[in-house]
Amino acid sequence: MANPKRKDINVATLRETITTHFGTDAVPGAVLSPATVTELHLPRERFEEAASVLKKAGARLAAQWAVDETTLGRAFAVYACYALDSEYLLVRCAVPLDDPTFPSLTKKYLPAFRFERQIESLMGLVPTGHGHSDHRPWIKFEDWPVDAWPLRKNFDSAQRLPRVPGEYQWARVTGEGVYEIPVGPVHAGIIEPGHFRFQAMGEDIINLEERLGYVHKGIEKRFESLSWEEGVRLAGRVSGDSTVAHALTYCRAVEALCGCQPPPRAHWLRALFLERERIANHLGDIAAIANDAAFAFLFYQFTRLKETVLRTNKRLFGHRYLMDRIMPGGVNVDLLPAGVDLIREELDGLQVEFERLITIYDLSPSLEDRLRTTGILSPELARDLGTVGFVARASGQPLDCRIQAPFPPYDQIPPRLVVLDSCDVHARAWVRIEEVRDSCRLVREILARLPVGGLKTTLQPPAADKGGFAVVEGWRGEIVYWLHSGQAGEINRCMIRDPSSVNWLGLEQAVLGNIVPDFPLCNKSFNQSYSGHDL
Amino acid sequence: MLRILHQIFRTGVVTEPLTDEVEAEVVLVGARLEAAIRRRFSRSLAIREVDAGSCNGCELEIIAMNNPIYNCERFGIHFTASPRFADMLLVTGPVSHNMEIALKRTYDATPDPKLVVAVGDCGCNGGIFGESYASLGGASSVIPVDACIPGCPPTPVELLHGILHLIDCR
Repeated sequence: MANPKRKDINVATLRETITTHFGTDAVPGAVLSPATVTELHLPRERFEEAASVLKKAGARLAAQWAVDETTLGRAFAVYACYALDSEYLLVRCAVPLDDPTFPSLTKKYLPAFRFERQIESLMGLVPTGHGHSDHRPWIKFEDWPVDAWPLRKNFDSAQRLPRVPGEYQWARVTGEGVYEIPVGPVHAGIIEPGHFRFQAMGEDIINLEERLGYVHKGIEKRFESLSWEEGVRLAGRVSGDSTVAHALTYCRAVEALCGCQPPPRAHWLRALFLERERIANHLGDIAAIANDAAFAFLFYQFTRLKETVLRTNKRLFGHRYLMDRIMPGGVNVDLLPAGVDLIREELDGLQVEFERLITIYDLSPSLEDRLRTTGILSPELARDLGTVGFVARASGQPLDCRIQAPFPPYDQIPPRLVVLDSCDVHARAWVRIEEVRDSCRLVREILARLPVGGLKTTLQPPAADKGGFAVVEGWRGEIVYWLHSGQAGEINRCMIRDPSSVNWLGLEQAVLGNIVPDFPLCNKSFNQSYSGHDL
Repeated sequence: MLRILHQIFRTGVVTEPLTDEVEAEVVLVGARLEAAIRRRFSRSLAIREVDAGSCNGCELEIIAMNNPIYNCERFGIHFTASPRFADMLLVTGPVSHNMEIALKRTYDATPDPKLVVAVGDCGCNGGIFGESYASLGGASSVIPVDACIPGCPPTPVELLHGILHLIDCR
């Protein structure tokens, strides 16, 4: 869907906007991607200016990261990735060794403050300029040595980090009657660890601050010691519930980098896996939302449906969550004609049951009472925080990169864009309901049109010093991978931006003014990944 | 309400008997469990799940143990919200540097006698994340572990078999 604002002013692409504004200061770089992606290099002092030009053009800041290029005879570089409609623009500025600082974009783009804290913590490049006052470490904890910057090339990743004294400085609300509730990192349910710090007055939440990073496993650093083929196993374990989406994004970035074109059948099978992952996770989420509103009946019914999807996966493809089925160059498992029938049969049963349960869901006033007007994330905030996926779509943002940056076969079977505007827990649940319906339709289309042919092509090693970029709409939203090859064609850097990296910001805002007991419900309606965020 | 009742009767009981198709793949580590502990925990086992750095894959399968098809409560297994009244810790993931202290404190908060089971390839030996500045390897590198259930992730059937084998109630 086109951005209406953009149609009115009828402006050029983001790339043209920048080249017009900056003239010869904007030097084209070489990024390889299946999507509409360009890379421009700007002088460091004009890095922030680009952000304001692009913000005026209506672009969204999708990601920001740093790379250590010392093995290539250079110093550091900072990248900012902007997106508008189908276009992605990477703006890069070089950062010298003797002055490891870069201009902060936080004043122009809100989510930049998290990206920049992460860059400062893990790469040791300091954001400067007006607007950036938050230098507290992020993902890195206070008890790490200050000069431990794991993403730098001279950091020994095998070392055990000593613990130093230090304590996190919370942004606190104080005053008479204000009390604080610390939650986590070990939560009451069977979920991932993270810490939430609430300040409440009576029952109302007046401030929530998240502290994440507990499950930081050094994934981005680990990639640098793996080969391109080995990397896909790790990408499939960045966030276990999105294993297909992460493996697929990684593979698409590798294939762009190596100039490799998977056979058509592989594309369609990958989409089949991606939609099945979406169906399974959405079913589980709808179940969990109902459960947190104390509607145990729907919880058990929907988890039962989810189990049927997982079992079909296991029977046909050998893994309940489809881990390690996608690889650079294609897929390693085929779908036989008997399997096509089995999936159709499964869908026939599933869709009937699903609709029956949704009627019950829709007709339950007690459920409606809990879900409606709870945890509102306004469309303005959803846009300013750069949220993606169902969180953004439930708050009126028409973002789905299966539609905006379509990759095969989505260019032939366009998904339906589900956008709602009530911005509450109900909307986030209902977007999922509509997407389960649409994914079932897509799976049927894929089964009907699955092309014949091979499953995999061989991967040629990439050239040195090239970037590979890919985006994929996983069930949680847009996943971004940026890969960089080193001098010998090895992995020099693997940047991962899970949807959670931006959507966690939305949760902090959505719970304000809600009662403390509604927090679990709000949290379930977001259901963001800790592992995908912490890396 | 009628629709709900109708659906309940239409669905019936979906819980499946636990078949022996899957071999109980559980690796006992350290000293053998005392028979007394096994006896004491059989038929009523309170488990506290601790994600010490997992990718969330193992959590999905542990949650699935609670769905009506696997229905782990029929064996007296239930998951608690606090380690303070747990008999067993189910630890997933390679222990991340940032979770090390929280895991030790959870272990200390669990009353004796207690069992610790490391779940998944990562819980057993660090898995694909290995040992690094951020990942300390398997759970046994931080707390005493009684048994490991490998898999990536182990399925609900494998988990149930592993746990039941451990408390010897089958």
